[in-house]
Amino acid sequence: MKSNHNQNQDAEKVFDVLVIGGGNAALCAAMTARETGASVMLLEGAPRHFRGGNSRHTRNLRYAHDKGNDHLTGPYLEDEFWNDLIQVTEGKTDEQLARHTIRKSKDIGVWMEQYGCRFQPSMRGTLHLDRTNAFFLGGGKALMNAYYSRAEKMGVNIFYEYDVYDLEIKDGRFVSASVKTPHIDKCIHARSVVIASGGFQADIAWLKQYWGGAADNFIVRGTPYDKGRMLKVLLDKGAEPVGDPKQCHAVAVDARSPRFDGGIVTRLDCVPFGITVNKFAKRFYDEGENFWPKRYAIWGRLVARQEDQIAYSIIDSKSIELFMPSVFPPIEAESIQELAEKLSLSPSVLKKTVADFNASVQEGSFDAGVLDDCRTADLDPPKSHWAKPIDRPPFYGYPLRPGITFTYLGVRVNDRSHIMLQSGNPAANMFAAGEIMSGNILGKGYMAGFGMTIGTVFGRIAGKEAADHAIERSS
Amino acid sequence: MPLSAAAEEAKRVMTFCNACRYCEGFCAVFPAMELRRAFSGQDLNYLANLCHNCRDCYYACQYAPPHEFELNIPKTMAEVRLETYRKFCWPNGFKGLFKRNVLTLVLATLVCIAVILGALLMFQGKEVVFSSHIGSAAFYKIIPYQALVAVPATIAVFVLLVLAKEFATFWRRTGGSLTSFLNLRAHGIAITDVLLLKYLEGGGQGCNYPDEQFSMARRWLHHLVFYGFALCFGATALAAFYEHFLHLTSPFPVFSLPVILGTIGGIALLPGTAGLLYLKTKLDKAPATGKSATMDIGFLILLFMVSLTGLLLLIFRETPAMGTLLAVHLGLVAVFFLTAPYGKFVHGIFRYAALVKNAAEQMQAKS
Repeated sequence: MKSNHNQNQDAEKVFDVLVIGGGNAALCAAMTARETGASVMLLEGAPRHFRGGNSRHTRNLRYAHDKGNDHLTGPYLEDEFWNDLIQVTEGKTDEQLARHTIRKSKDIGVWMEQYGCRFQPSMRGTLHLDRTNAFFLGGGKALMNAYYSRAEKMGVNIFYEYDVYDLEIKDGRFVSASVKTPHIDKCIHARSVVIASGGFQADIAWLKQYWGGAADNFIVRGTPYDKGRMLKVLLDKGAEPVGDPKQCHAVAVDARSPRFDGGIVTRLDCVPFGITVNKFAKRFYDEGENFWPKRYAIWGRLVARQEDQIAYSIIDSKSIELFMPSVFPPIEAESIQELAEKLSLSPSVLKKTVADFNASVQEGSFDAGVLDDCRTADLDPPKSHWAKPIDRPPFYGYPLRPGITFTYLGVRVNDRSHIMLQSGNPAANMFAAGEIMSGNILGKGYMAGFGMTIGTVFGRIAGKEAADHAIERSS
Repeated sequence: MPLSAAAEEAKRVMTFCNACRYCEGFCAVFPAMELRRAFSGQDLNYLANLCHNCRDCYYACQYAPPHEFELNIPKTMAEVRLETYRKFCWPNGFKGLFKRNVLTLVLATLVCIAVILGALLMFQGKEVVFSSHIGSAAFYKIIPYQALVAVPATIAVFVLLVLAKEFATFWRRTGGSLTSFLNLRAHGIAITDVLLLKYLEGGGQGCNYPDEQFSMARRWLHHLVFYGFALCFGATALAAFYEHFLHLTSPFPVFSLPVILGTIGGIALLPGTAGLLYLKTKLDKAPATGKSATMDIGFLILLFMVSLTGLLLLIFRETPAMGTLLAVHLGLVAVFFLTAPYGKFVHGIFRYAALVKNAAEQMQAKS
C-alpha cells in the first residue's frame, strides 16, 4: 500500500475518472473504468481499517442464473427475480431500471470471480438463500480486501481518509471535487466522476428531519461514514431526487447493540418463535406471517412505529434453541411476572397478553422448516404460523430496536448510470452507483443481497460509461 | 473451575463469531463452533487447538480491532492453546519449561553436548575422539555400541510415554473418552488432514501469513519440515533395523537407504525451518500472540541445527572432526526429544487430537 504522503504527487494529476466512495459500487466502477483504459482515482472517506462502506458488513449477493453451480443450488431466472422484487417493493420500483438490473446481474458472478471474489457453498445459518444468493467466502470485508488488492494492482490510485465535502458543477457538468485530506484541503479535477458514497443513514440529524425524535432510538447497523454529504450536494445542485426519504432497509436488531457499525451480529432471529410486544406489553403484528428471511426487513419499520421505538420478543424455553444464537444473552426469568419486571413492562398487562395468546393457540404440528399449521384463532393481531403457548419456564426476553442499514432517498439515474438533472437531461459526465441510487429500484422493502446486486451492476455500468466519456474527451 | 482470562476472551470472541458465521468456509473451527450454543472451558481448549493459526479470519473480520468489538481470533486462540500446553503437560511441575523455553533449550543443549563430549574425552581419550576413523563401525570407535543404543532407547521410551500421557490428558480434558478415541474413521480423516495440512489452506488460497496477502508459503514450508522430519525419523528407525536385524554396521554407505532418506530429510528441514523463521521476521504481529514467539523460534532453530549438524556429520565423517560432530549432533538430537513434551512439538500432538475429535463430531452431526 502506498502511503497517503507518497500519493500526494498523484493527487495533483488530472485523472480521467474520479470515484467518490470506497464500497462495493465504487470499487466495481474503479476497476471497470481502469480496465476500459482510463486513469482512475478513488477517494475513500474512511481510514483503511474501516474501508468498504456498508459492503464491509455484507455477506452475499443475489444474481439471476439459468442453472445452479458450485455455490448456488439451483436456477434463479429473471422472471422469478422480478416477481420477488415486485413482492417486497409492492410495485414501488422503476420497472425499466429494475429489469435492467436483473438482466445485467446474470454475468456478475463470473465477473466478480475474475476480480478476486471467492464464493463458498452455503452452509448453516444462511437464511435459506442458497439457491438465489451467492455467499462470499469470509464475508464482505474479505470481498473488499480482494477488490482493493486487485484495484491497486490494476493501477487505481486509492486514497484513504479523503473526505469529499463539495462538488463544483457547471452547466450540469462536473468540474472538480473539494476534499478534506489528512494534510490539507484539495481541489481535485477529473474528466468524469462516479459518485458511490452511500446513503445518509449515519447522519442522525438528517434522519430526524423525517423521523423526528424517533431517529434518536435508531441503531445504524453499518458504517458510521455514510453521512450522505454527496447526496445532499447533488440534490442542492440540480440532481433529480428519487425515493421517499423515510424509506430505508431497516430490520429489528438487539436494542443493546452499539449505535453504529454493529453489523450482522446485532440481528435477532427469535421473533417467529414467540410473541413481540411494545412498551405497553401489547402485541402489534403477526410474528408468524412468513419465514423470517422474508419478513425480517419489515420489522425495523414496525418497531420504529412503536412508542419509544422499543419492542420485546418473548419466548419460552421450548424455543430457545430454534434460532441462531445471539451476541447479547436473553433476559431470563422464572415467571412472566418476573420477566415483565426485568423488562420494565407492566406485569399485569404482559400476563394478560401472554394468557390471551396462549388461550388462542390452536392444536397443530410444529415445524420451523415449513409454514406450519400452528396458528391462533380469534386473536388480533393473529399469529399465523409457529404459534405455541408460552408456558414453559424459564422465559426469555430480547429487547428490539429499529436497525437501519441504508436509506432509499437518492439521485435519479438512467440505465447508463448517468445522474438525471432536474431539467430532465442526464448529466454528461456524472454517474452514480450503489446505495446513493438504489432508491430508483427499491421504493420500499428489501430482499437479502439485492443492495450488492445494484452496486455491482451499476458500479460496472458507471465505470464503463465514465471511462468512455473521459477517454473520448481527452482524445 | 473458573475460566482463565484468555479462555474468557475466547468465549467472548466465539459468542460473537457464532452470531456472525461469515468465516465458516475458512477452516474447521467455525463449523465446530456452530455445533455449540455455549462454550465451556473444554470446548475452548478443543477449539483453540483446532485453530491452525492461518489468520484468514482476522483479516476478513469486520470486527477486528480497531472496531470496538475487538475480535482477534488467531491471537486469542493462540493464547488459550499455549495455556493448554502448560496445563496438560506431564509431570505438571515441568510446566514452567514452556515459559522459559529458550533458556531450557540453550541450557539443555549445552549440558547434553558437554556431557557427551566430556564422557567421550574421559572414557575414550583425546586421541580417539579427535582422530579420523574410516570404515565399518567407525562411530562405535568413538561411542561404544551399547551406549549408542541404550541412551537413545531410554530417551525414546521416556518421550513416547510423556507424549502419550499428554495426549490422553488433552483427550480427557476436552471431553473425550476411550470409546470416542477408538473411532478409526475419525483417525483416518484426521491423518489425511495432517498429511495434507488441510487447514493451512484457509479457504483454498492459503494463509494470511505472514501478512494480509494470501499465501501458500507457510503450508509448503511446514510440509518441508514435517516430511523432512519424518524422513529423518524414518532413516534412524531403518538404520536401527539394519543394525539389529540385518546385522549391518553403520556408518552405512552414502547410497544406502537410511543415508539417502536422512539426507533428503535433512536437506528438506534446512529450507523448511529457515523459511519459517524468515516468515516470522516479516510477520504482521497484530493477529499474533507475543507469548509463544520465543518458543516457536527456539524450536525452529533447534530443528535447523539438528539437521545441519547431521548433514555436516555426513560430509565430514571421514575426517578428525567426526568425533566432535557426532557428539554435537547427538547432543542436539537428545535435546530435541527430551524437550519435545515441553515445547512447540506438543502442537502436533494436541492438534492431531483436536482433528480426531472434530472428524468424529462432524460425522455424528451429519448422521
